[in-house]
Amino acid sequence: MRTTRKMASVAVVGALALVATSCAESDRGEGDGSGGGSSTFTFGAAGAPEMFDPLYATDGETFRVTRQMFEGLLGIEPGSAEVVPELATEWTSNEEGTEWTFTLRDDVTFHDGEPFNAEAVCANFERMFDQNEAGQVAAEYWGYVMGGFSNDPDSSLYQGCEAAGEFEAVVTISRATSGFPTMLTLESLSMQSPAAMESGDANGIATEGEGFSFPEYAQAPVGTGPYTFGEYDEANQTISLEANDDYWGDAAKTDNLVFRVIPDESTRRQELEAGSIDGYDLPSPADWSGLEDGGNSVEIRDPFNIFYLGLNPEANPMLKDLKVRQALMYALDREQLVQSQLPEGAEVATQFMPSTVSGYNSELEAYPYDPEQAEQLLQEAGAEGMTLKFAYPTEVSRPYMPDPQQLFEALRTNLEAVGIKVDVQTASWNGGYLDNVTAGKYDAYLLGWTGDYDAAFNFIGTFFGNLKENDFGTEVMPWGKQLADDLQSADGIVDEAERATAFETINQQIMEDYLPGLPISHSPPALVVGPDVEGVIPSPLTAEEFDTVSVGGE
Amino acid sequence: MARFIVRRVLQMAGVLVVLSLLLFVWLRSLPGGTVSAILGERATPSRRAALEAALGLDQPIYVQYLKFVQRALQGEFGASTAVLPGEDAFQIFLGRLPATIELSLLAMLIAVSLGIPLGYWAARRRGSVLDSGAVIFSLVGVAVPVFFTAFLLKYFFAVQWQLLPVSGRQDASIDATRVTGFFVLDGIMTREWDAAWDAFLHLLLPAVALATIPFAVIFRITRASVLDTMDADFVRTAEAKGLSTKVIRGRHILRNAMLPVVTTIGLLVGALLAGAVLTETVFSFPGIGQALAESIRDKDYPVLQVLILAAAAIFVIVNLFVDIAYAIIDPRIRTR
Repeated sequence: MRTTRKMASVAVVGALALVATSCAESDRGEGDGSGGGSSTFTFGAAGAPEMFDPLYATDGETFRVTRQMFEGLLGIEPGSAEVVPELATEWTSNEEGTEWTFTLRDDVTFHDGEPFNAEAVCANFERMFDQNEAGQVAAEYWGYVMGGFSNDPDSSLYQGCEAAGEFEAVVTISRATSGFPTMLTLESLSMQSPAAMESGDANGIATEGEGFSFPEYAQAPVGTGPYTFGEYDEANQTISLEANDDYWGDAAKTDNLVFRVIPDESTRRQELEAGSIDGYDLPSPADWSGLEDGGNSVEIRDPFNIFYLGLNPEANPMLKDLKVRQALMYALDREQLVQSQLPEGAEVATQFMPSTVSGYNSELEAYPYDPEQAEQLLQEAGAEGMTLKFAYPTEVSRPYMPDPQQLFEALRTNLEAVGIKVDVQTASWNGGYLDNVTAGKYDAYLLGWTGDYDAAFNFIGTFFGNLKENDFGTEVMPWGKQLADDLQSADGIVDEAERATAFETINQQIMEDYLPGLPISHSPPALVVGPDVEGVIPSPLTAEEFDTVSVGGE
Repeated sequence: MARFIVRRVLQMAGVLVVLSLLLFVWLRSLPGGTVSAILGERATPSRRAALEAALGLDQPIYVQYLKFVQRALQGEFGASTAVLPGEDAFQIFLGRLPATIELSLLAMLIAVSLGIPLGYWAARRRGSVLDSGAVIFSLVGVAVPVFFTAFLLKYFFAVQWQLLPVSGRQDASIDATRVTGFFVLDGIMTREWDAAWDAFLHLLLPAVALATIPFAVIFRITRASVLDTMDADFVRTAEAKGLSTKVIRGRHILRNAMLPVVTTIGLLVGALLAGAVLTETVFSFPGIGQALAESIRDKDYPVLQVLILAAAAIFVIVNLFVDIAYAIIDPRIRTR
């Protein structure tokens, strides 16, 4: 009697499980982007966004979301790094390159119905400029490109904004720089609704403990873009955006855009394979072919980054000798590295910037792999058998170095082959690696950079333009100041062609006379979308806009 | 009794204060941290210094700790730097708690509802092939790490056969009303049956994975305890008195055998929390476990502190209740 009752309960549990799984199956067959047409594009994000006010954001996961809702005065041509009109249709400067007049679109309204005009533009600039103490630290990109805030106007590139007409705004800057107006393509410098910012206390950022607490506005921001903010369901880790019915440009192809936070990479892949997300960013190069075999498309972006082996002559004085640095360059078999360790489309670097950036010197040739030359140079420099404290980061994968350890091993083998003793150093990315590089604890280290916008100074200026604050130790080199000065003056040239030539010359000097570090490669990062997805335009800046994307033929 | 409780509560507070100090100092003695996490490749010395100054990280550690305590006493545990940036760390704990409770409850339900009957059933068939099979199975259950079980379950049930969802708490396409934060309960309360069902399906695989170890433990304890009890004198006496099998098995064997099982279930709560870290990570299930894993990876100190202190507090409080219960049962404890 008891046995049968027990059997019955087991049967009930079993039946329940069967019902559960069969229903699950039918659920997954329809809707959610895998069936016959969907008005939702669901993207798997690797992390939770910081918040949604791009001014205070620094990370790609936040920008990916805000980019769909906000626009800048200037935009980027989809699929390239080229600057194109967005909310401004034209821009001109005075001869000195210090006063910029922007002609604005006259048919744009913010998501809250407020008009977009010159006053709104100036309100935005003034808001970004006038930040409280916490805001000055959090508004990282403004600080980075503009140099300062209203409390220190002398160090600020931005000097003022004036509405010359309803749709004409004039922005004044302190000196000409190649970065302006290109920097207006930065996501952080997007235009936001002044009315919404005021009512939501957009500038009310504060430090709280060891982090920042953001104002109400940052959770419900208002822009002009093709999507409007929907909801951030924190408990379920999803962010939903809705198509903007009053968008001035072509309406978004899908009604809804959903971002699901899935921190684990293999889970993102499985979700794509199960059809419950429509795409995700930075699939591991090892997965590319498997994903394509499954009918997905791996969209490869043009490389807009540089992977380099940084050298620090402060830590190891032998590195002060150009011959030693050249020897290291000759010792590296970069062609082999690119072929065997980096994804399809990767290139050997001839200089510290990718070829699409204006100022790239196409005359330069890559240092060839020549171990004999390396040995001879080491001998001439009296540095045979030198020891190099060489480091790589763990627990990280960056677009320019998918697998740091593997890359390190290959480079290390090259160096050891010419008689250099490698003292292997390592630390986790956030657990000391970056700190140690900045503190100059390694002789040599692996690092890289993905460009923010299309400007030579954004690459080589970041690396060597600031004499006191760079990881290459150029301060102790006799030419360090010269290089920094040259970079600053090239940056200030107003004429574009002239400026490009100046940067080309500097690139040549960097590679032939200085060699402050060893540029290695440019790698194309990829994103992957499911079989039903069309219209993704891969961006070298990893700044994809999803309004052109359709799912399931709709 | 009141005095006993007061003494224990004071002890508990002391434990938490000491723990918070150790945790605070230990975390900050590790290399890296908030600044690198926020600035990444852009970490030039001046930017680093500005951020450190703004966040008060340039002050001596005891000043930082005193500030932390001062804020904590006002109920402010600092804003998250990575898990949900800007959100108060304690709010994150509260927001993530329902997910983990939902998951742990279902896992415990599975473990208990299978472990006890199977344990009893195996004990009654001691030495049979089925008994040996069940014992081996439970040994494997204890020995295999949770993340591996979770990985296998996910691979087969979600990826290969696509019977259940791969990850998350609820399908993004479902427009669910949030009431309590317990998704299944919310769906039932608002009569959004789709939402409740979908949330339940999302719970199944992680709950089964999380249930394996508690199940194996409960099974083995039940089996051993039933075996012991079956041989006990009072059972023999009952049999000699001619009581019916039903009464002997139900009232004598099962009830007595359950005592150690119930104690074990209480102890398993801690194991469930530990298992949740791995299970939630594998299934990207946004609960406390996942938040803990993320805050460790990203050096999100405020969140890490709150989560570890909260876990410790729960543990200490459970212990307090156990002690009180013992004290009630056995008055000798109170005087010790």
